Amino acid sequence: MKTASRIYTALLFIFLFAPIAILLIFSFNESKSLSVFSQFSLKWYRELFRDEATLTSVRNTLLLALTAMIGSTILGTAAAVGIQRLRARWLRASLNTVTNIPMTNPDIITGISMMLMFVFSGRLFGLANSLSFWTMLIAHVTFCLPYVILQVLPKLRQMDAALPEAAMDLGCTPIQAFFKVTLPEIMPGIITGAIMAFTMSLDDFVISYFTSGAGFQTLPIRIYNMTKKTVTPKMYALATIIFFVILALLLISNLTDEDSGRKRKARKSKTID
Amino acid sequence: MSKELIRLCNCTMTFDGETVLDSINLEIQDKEFLTLLGPSGCGKTTTLRIIGGFLKPTSGDVYFDGVRINDVPPYKRRVNTVFQKYALFPHLNVFDNVAFGLRIPKAAPGTEAAAGAKKVRLPKEEVYRRVMEMLEVVSLKGFEHRSVTSLSGGQQQRVAIARALVNQPEVLLLDEPLGALDMRLRKDMQNELKRIQQATGITFIYVTHDQEEALTMSDTVVVMNNGQIQQIGTPEDIYNEPQNAFVADFIGESNILDGIMHEDGVVQILDRKFKCLDGGFAPMEPVDVVIRPEDIDIVSVKEGMLCGTVTNITFKGVHYDIIVDFKGFKWLIQSTDYSPVGAKIGIKIDPDGFHIMKKSEYSGMFGDYSSYSEEYDEISIAESEDEA
Amino acid sequence: MRERLNRSTFSLLAPYSFWAVLFIVVPLVFVAYYAFTDNSFSFTFDNITRFFTATSTVTNGSGAETEVRTYLLIFWRSLKLAVISTIICLLLGYPMAYIMTRAGSRAQRIMMILIMIPMWMNFLIRTYAWMTILQDTGILNGFLGVLGLGTVHIIGTESAVVIGMVYDYLPYMILPIYSILAKMDDKLIEAAKDLGCSGPQVLRKVIFPLSMPGVLNGITMVLIPSISTFYISQKLGNGRFFLIGDAIENQFVANNLHFAAAMAFILMVILLVAMALIKYVTNRQAYGKGGGLL
Repeated sequence: MKTASRIYTALLFIFLFAPIAILLIFSFNESKSLSVFSQFSLKWYRELFRDEATLTSVRNTLLLALTAMIGSTILGTAAAVGIQRLRARWLRASLNTVTNIPMTNPDIITGISMMLMFVFSGRLFGLANSLSFWTMLIAHVTFCLPYVILQVLPKLRQMDAALPEAAMDLGCTPIQAFFKVTLPEIMPGIITGAIMAFTMSLDDFVISYFTSGAGFQTLPIRIYNMTKKTVTPKMYALATIIFFVILALLLISNLTDEDSGRKRKARKSKTID
Repeated sequence: MSKELIRLCNCTMTFDGETVLDSINLEIQDKEFLTLLGPSGCGKTTTLRIIGGFLKPTSGDVYFDGVRINDVPPYKRRVNTVFQKYALFPHLNVFDNVAFGLRIPKAAPGTEAAAGAKKVRLPKEEVYRRVMEMLEVVSLKGFEHRSVTSLSGGQQQRVAIARALVNQPEVLLLDEPLGALDMRLRKDMQNELKRIQQATGITFIYVTHDQEEALTMSDTVVVMNNGQIQQIGTPEDIYNEPQNAFVADFIGESNILDGIMHEDGVVQILDRKFKCLDGGFAPMEPVDVVIRPEDIDIVSVKEGMLCGTVTNITFKGVHYDIIVDFKGFKWLIQSTDYSPVGAKIGIKIDPDGFHIMKKSEYSGMFGDYSSYSEEYDEISIAESEDEA
Repeated sequence: MRERLNRSTFSLLAPYSFWAVLFIVVPLVFVAYYAFTDNSFSFTFDNITRFFTATSTVTNGSGAETEVRTYLLIFWRSLKLAVISTIICLLLGYPMAYIMTRAGSRAQRIMMILIMIPMWMNFLIRTYAWMTILQDTGILNGFLGVLGLGTVHIIGTESAVVIGMVYDYLPYMILPIYSILAKMDDKLIEAAKDLGCSGPQVLRKVIFPLSMPGVLNGITMVLIPSISTFYISQKLGNGRFFLIGDAIENQFVANNLHFAAAMAFILMVILLVAMALIKYVTNRQAYGKGGGLL
């Protein structure tokens, strides 16, 4: 039984990593071929760093992800705090449902729905082009919000409700009590939520594709455009760099914090109930 | 001469259609140790939270030092609370927890009422001095830098008390603070709290379901049930002169029988007349008669005023709990004399062992020991511990 | 404190509620709006009917031509491939999740990281890499050629698309199942064994039923993206055939927004029905009719 498990595991991981291995190897290929390896070369990496469009898209993606993270974290934390306080069951249930929608809807529907709204409003207001950085930002914040709320709400529920009361008993106004007592307590949830928002934004393709304007390209969109034409190993070089960055981040976070691994795997799983 | 510090006038509290407090009237004196006592759900914690400012009464008024404070939020009241589960801030150490209230800029004492009163900060040295002083009072000197989550229950309890007292409130509210502690620690803490209250002169309002605790510590006991005050009095009054069957049963053990007052000083129970000390009832008025188990002497059948058969005897260490059957009604007698099951015994009760009460809605609900068993006490303790 | 603080609760929730309604609910309304209107924005059912009635001719392998309902065929194909992929993911993923729970804690963490790495890598690139592997002149064929096993033509077939889907979504099936298996109380397994269950029986009677929520979670997370993907079919299907996602994207690029919206609308409705069905089935299971928990 044990050996069977080992073989099975090995096969599965080979399956998972075969394409990645190929990416890694062929990024160093001298020739343009993606299936025949001639000799080792770094030329594609050099070409990558000379590729303005790609570098700009990386910058754009980071900028968008950062802004979306900040926006969704603040809005989401406020929302979680508010939802936690609600007495009216119907209101809480409907807010939960609405919050779940972006998580259970396929990306393509979220993307199209937002695009249609933006295009329509754009025409209504007589704008030349309705889609831009700002529309993408709105879309990103919207689909990141549920992840923030999903992380903060449990922490709020777990917190002893008497703590902010104790703070007020000792002289804090409700706002002071929130910042001095509640916030430190839920901070781990907020940070995890923020990281998840950042990650979701970085990785998103479909929604960005539908809500982006001509001028603003994110990395996934850039990659999509690159793969529409014939692809050179330059893209593999890009993929290899991404791979190592991800690997480094995952190793660091897992080595420093036991919990984060489990939380990050929950990123797309449960819906809020 | 003590003055009235807090007054609740006709306070009613309704939650979702359910009346939790029913027109409560209560006066609390300066510098006293007052306990709100009652079973789960009687409204005692609700009353406490109204005084603390965490709840607003649905109707009725709350006065503090003559001023109506219904709309005053908790952070503006000269009241501090020791919470049931301590509510210590886990992200702060012991020192910072205790210093928390002192570090909030507050209006200078005496000027709180003024609308735009300037808020002042206590200087750091002052904060330090007061915190260390208070840690000394609760015997936690040396614990300043400890994390609160590493402390034992008793130690956390004392940090919670220190945190509240260091702000020198006029009133301290304690919400069943000793519930989570073991027996010995609880007794020690009861003495501690009493000592602190007398030393500081702060009014303590204490909530508990443990009647022994209430009788030990309090100057005044307020017995509550079903959102209503059943009786207010000193521990001795409550114990010796309960006003209805509920109070009689809740405090200590009581045998409660139907009786008829023939005239002042003569009461009839179980078809026999007895001499008693109470009066002031109408001739032949039906009443509830309370006889405490420890006031009953066991004598021979010949000498006894009543005779019955022993059905159950349990060794309790300090005394025996003996259940005796008198014509179908089971009595509890506490005595150091052993009587075997099945024995016929006689009992004698002195006139001052009878306590007569007017009939109330609680008549007939308590006082019969037919269902007495060893588990009886455990069950009732467990039930009252369910109250969160 | 709920009694006293309703004003501040309102101010906390107002911005979010406003945002949620405006950017989650309203866009969905727009999908419906576009779906049921034409270019001049007058009400029409045409878009919807087009989905159901549009036909085209298809030449099959032997050269014969047949008339098919274009979009119904596309939809059926998407559903078929998505379900196949989901089942394969389940069959591959469940054992893997189970094996992971049996490993030591260090090994478990390493395996988790290994599974998460592909998840975080851009799925466009990963899919593209598969394309190069499965090409007629690709690595797989090269590998087979070296072994003297001739070539296989996979690219451009439905199998290629299924492989792509399974590859992309397998981690999303493994992790929820692993998560729920890991949280399962060992004592339950011990109790079952104590009462006489053999190894496989424990698996069947205790472990599998209790892991159902994780399984359903995994199914949801694989099925929904699989039905609506467009990139995988474009690349691995070699543009040979369309799935619903492709169709929608195509109409979008051609600026036929109304028809695209109609298809999106229909997709949404179908998914809603599917989700409701799954919820109904799980509730029935949980409350005892057949199967369910011990």
